[in-house]
Amino acid sequence: MKTLPSADVVVVGGGWTGLLMAKELGSRSSASVVVLERGGTRKTTDYFNTMDELENYVRLRMIQDFSSETVTLRHYNRQKALPLRQAGPFLPGVGTGGAGEHWGAVCDRMSPDSFELLSKTVEKYGSKKLPEDHAIQDWGVTYDEIEPFYSRVEKLIGASGKAGNINGKKIDGGNVFEGWRSSEYPLPPTKIPYFSVLFDDATKKLGYHPYPSPAATLSAPYVNPDGVARPGCTYCGFCERYGCMIGAKAQPTNTLMPVIAKHKNVSVRNGAWVRRIVFDKTGRNAKSRGVTYVDSGQEFFQPADLVVLASWTLNNTRLLLLSGVGEPYSPSTGAGTLGRNLTHQVSFSPVLAFFEKPLNKFMGSGAAGTLIGDFSGHVLDHTQLPFIRGGTLQAPSHGYGPLGSFGAVPKSVEAKWGSAWKKAAIHYYDRAARLAFQGEHLAYKGNFMDLDPTYTDRNGDPLLRMTLDWRDNERRMADFATAKSIEIVRAMGAADFTASRGLGSYDARIYQSSHVQGGTIMGKSPETSVVNPYLQHWQLSNLFILGGSTFPQSSSARPTLAMLALTCRTADAIVDRYLKAPGPLAGS
Amino acid sequence: MRNANINAGSKNEIVEENFATSRPLSADQEAGKSVFEVLGDRSPKQMQRRQFLVISAAVVGGVLLFGLDGSTQRVSPQDRLIHIPLHFFDAAEAAIVMAAASRIFPADESGPGAKEAGVVVYIDRHLAGPYGSDSHRYTQPPFESGVPELGYQGKATPAEIYREGLKGLAGFHLLPMAEQDKALAQIESTLFFSLLRQHTIEGMFCDPVHGGNVDMLGWQLLGFPGARMSNYEDVDKHFGEAFRPGPVSLGGHPRDNEG
Repeated sequence: MKTLPSADVVVVGGGWTGLLMAKELGSRSSASVVVLERGGTRKTTDYFNTMDELENYVRLRMIQDFSSETVTLRHYNRQKALPLRQAGPFLPGVGTGGAGEHWGAVCDRMSPDSFELLSKTVEKYGSKKLPEDHAIQDWGVTYDEIEPFYSRVEKLIGASGKAGNINGKKIDGGNVFEGWRSSEYPLPPTKIPYFSVLFDDATKKLGYHPYPSPAATLSAPYVNPDGVARPGCTYCGFCERYGCMIGAKAQPTNTLMPVIAKHKNVSVRNGAWVRRIVFDKTGRNAKSRGVTYVDSGQEFFQPADLVVLASWTLNNTRLLLLSGVGEPYSPSTGAGTLGRNLTHQVSFSPVLAFFEKPLNKFMGSGAAGTLIGDFSGHVLDHTQLPFIRGGTLQAPSHGYGPLGSFGAVPKSVEAKWGSAWKKAAIHYYDRAARLAFQGEHLAYKGNFMDLDPTYTDRNGDPLLRMTLDWRDNERRMADFATAKSIEIVRAMGAADFTASRGLGSYDARIYQSSHVQGGTIMGKSPETSVVNPYLQHWQLSNLFILGGSTFPQSSSARPTLAMLALTCRTADAIVDRYLKAPGPLAGS
Repeated sequence: MRNANINAGSKNEIVEENFATSRPLSADQEAGKSVFEVLGDRSPKQMQRRQFLVISAAVVGGVLLFGLDGSTQRVSPQDRLIHIPLHFFDAAEAAIVMAAASRIFPADESGPGAKEAGVVVYIDRHLAGPYGSDSHRYTQPPFESGVPELGYQGKATPAEIYREGLKGLAGFHLLPMAEQDKALAQIESTLFFSLLRQHTIEGMFCDPVHGGNVDMLGWQLLGFPGARMSNYEDVDKHFGEAFRPGPVSLGGHPRDNEG
C-alpha cells in the first residue's frame, strides 16, 4: 500500500454531488481537494457520434459494468438473495459525471411536506393511517430552509420550466401544487411534443392542472452564474442513457468540470476505486483519516482531514458497511442505523395507449413532456382512499428509438412474431405511447441493506444485499394511478390501450428509475439516522455523505435537484463553519 | 477500402432466390450506386480457416455492412454472390439463424424482412463480441435459481444459449416455411427463442454500423430517421401527421470519437 501526500479534502465519487462539492470548495476555499472517481474521464466531445441506440439504450455503454460489481436482492428477510447479474431496475453510472451524464434531466422539486413526512402525515390523518411497519421520518430540514438552495441549483443547471407558485402566488400553467419558489425558472419550458400536447389538452378538459416538465435540458442558450455557457436542446431524442453531444443537457462534465478545471486546488483522479474509509476508533472523538483505493491493481492510501462520501447512492451505504463505520441496522431489533430506510420509487407505466394518428415520437428530450400533480401525496385527500401519499403522472416525450419501443401492439394481436405481428408492430410503432407514474415509496422496517454473505465484487469485497419489496400502500397507489390513467388516455382519444397489471413483487427485470434512496439517512437524532441535517456523520464529524442515500424515504419528485440543493447547503456549512472550526455542525 | 475478388464458390454456399418486395429504396440505390461492403480480415490464411455466409447481392441489395472494428471492404456491384466472413456461426448455423429470423420478421407485403436487412450478420458479430461472452454480466458463482423477478440467473452466455438452441433446429433452413413456423412455435417459450426474437429486432433496427439494418431498410419501414442531429424546428409541428425525414447512419459521420 502506497501512502500519498495528504489532502485537505478527499471526495469519493466524481458524479453530480461529488463534483458540485469539489467545485464549491475549489471556488470558495483554498482547501486542497482530491476527487477519486473509479471510472474513466468523460467530456462533451466524447459524445459526438454516439447516437447509437444499440450501444447506449440497449447495451448500456454508459452504465456501471456489472461484471465488476452488482448488488444482491431478496424480497424478504429469510429469502436467499441472488445477484442482479445484469443491469435492471436502476442504472448506476461510472466515469466522470457518474449517472449525471446519462440521466433524463427532469428536475422537479419535492413538495414542502416531503421533508416533514412523518409529522405532516400524522397531523393530517393521525398515526392510524400509517402502515403498521412503516419507518418514515422527517428529514431534519424543512422546505423553507432548502428553498434558497433549490433556486441556486436551478440557476446552476439552467432549469427550464414554468413556475406555478412564486412566493405563494399561484400561477396558471405552472405546477399550482408546488411549494413556494422565490423566483421564476431561469429559462422558459422546453418545447412540448405532440404526445405530451394531447395529454395537456385532455387533462385540462378533465379538470386537472397540467404543466410542462421542469428540465435541466436548456430550452435556449444559457450562461450560468459561474460563466458556463451551454446551447439549447435540439430534441434529437438520444438523451436519457446517452451523454449529450452538444451539452444542452446539464451534466457534471459540461456544467461543473469547466469551473473545476480552473481551480488548481482541485484535482480529479480517474481510475481510483475506493475500497475503505480509514478511521480511528477512539470513541466520541473518532475521526476518519482518509480512504484506501485500488488503481490498476495497486493499493493506495489517500490521507485527508475531511472525507466527503459522494459515490452512487447504494455505494455510499456499502462503503460504510465495508469500512465498519457505524452500526448496521437490524430489522429484527431495530438497532443500528446504517442500511435502514431503503426506498426506490413507484415508477411504472400505468397504461400503454394506441392512437390512430402517428406521434412522431423520435423527437423529444429526456425531460420533455407534460405532468400533472393532481395525484400527489400532498394534494390527494386520502380519507376515503386505501393508501397514503401519491405521485405525479406524466406524458413523457423522451425521444424514442425502435430498439426501445418496437413491438408494442394491442392485446387483440396475439402473435409475437411472424407476418401478422410484423404488420401490426410496424403500424403501431409510431402510434403507441406510455404514460409514466412516479410515486412515493414509503420506508418500511423490513426494507434495508446489509452485506451479502455469499457474493463478492471483483476485488473480493462482499456485495451489498438489498432486502426490498412493495407493500400494499404502493400496490394500491399504483392501481389508483392506473385507473386514473385509463380515463386520461380515453380523453386523449386513444383507440385502444393496455393497462398495467399492477405492481406485484419488486421486479428487477424491469427498468423503473435510478432513484434508489436511503441507507445513510439524515435526521434529527443519531438514534434514527446516520448523518445530521448538514449531512455530517453523527460519529465521525470529519465525514460528510452526499446523495440519495441520505433521503429518509423517497418523494414523488426526481431526487437529483434535492441532492444538488442539499450538497450546496452542506458546502456552505463546510466553507462558512466547518473549515474555520472543525467539529459537529449540529447537536443531537 | 479494397475491392475484393471473391466470386469463387464455396461448399457452404447458401444462394437465396430473389424476394419480390415493396422495399423502399435508399437515395444511393435510386442513384444506381448499389454496392455492397463486406467486412473481415482478408489474409489468405483467414480465408482458409473462416466460414462464410454466401448470399446473392440481389437479395440484400443494400449498401452498408460494417464490422465491429469499423473496417470495410467494397465488393463491385457486378458480383453476384457475396461472401460474408462469419465470426461466430458456422455456415450451417448461419443458414438456420437466417431462416429462423426470416420467419420471425418475414419479407412479405408489409415490406422486407430479416434476411434482406442482414440480421444474421448482426447476430453473428454480436455473439462474437463482448455481449456474446457475457463480458459485462456478473458471472460469479454460485448460480442458483430464484424467483423470476430477480432476472436471469443462468450460467450460460448468449453464445452458449445459441449453440445449444441451434442443435435443436438442425436442418431447419431446409424445411418448407409452414414446417419452419411449427418448429419455432414449439420452442417459443425457450430462452433461446426469446433471444433470437430480440436479436432479430435489434438486427432490423440497429444502426447499420453494427452489421444489420442494411441500407437502413428497417428504419425505412418505420420512418425512423436514425442519427438525426436536430429536430428543433419540427418537434412542436406536424401534429397528427407523419413527419418522416430521410434516415442517417452513424456511418455517415466520421468515427473519430473512439478512445
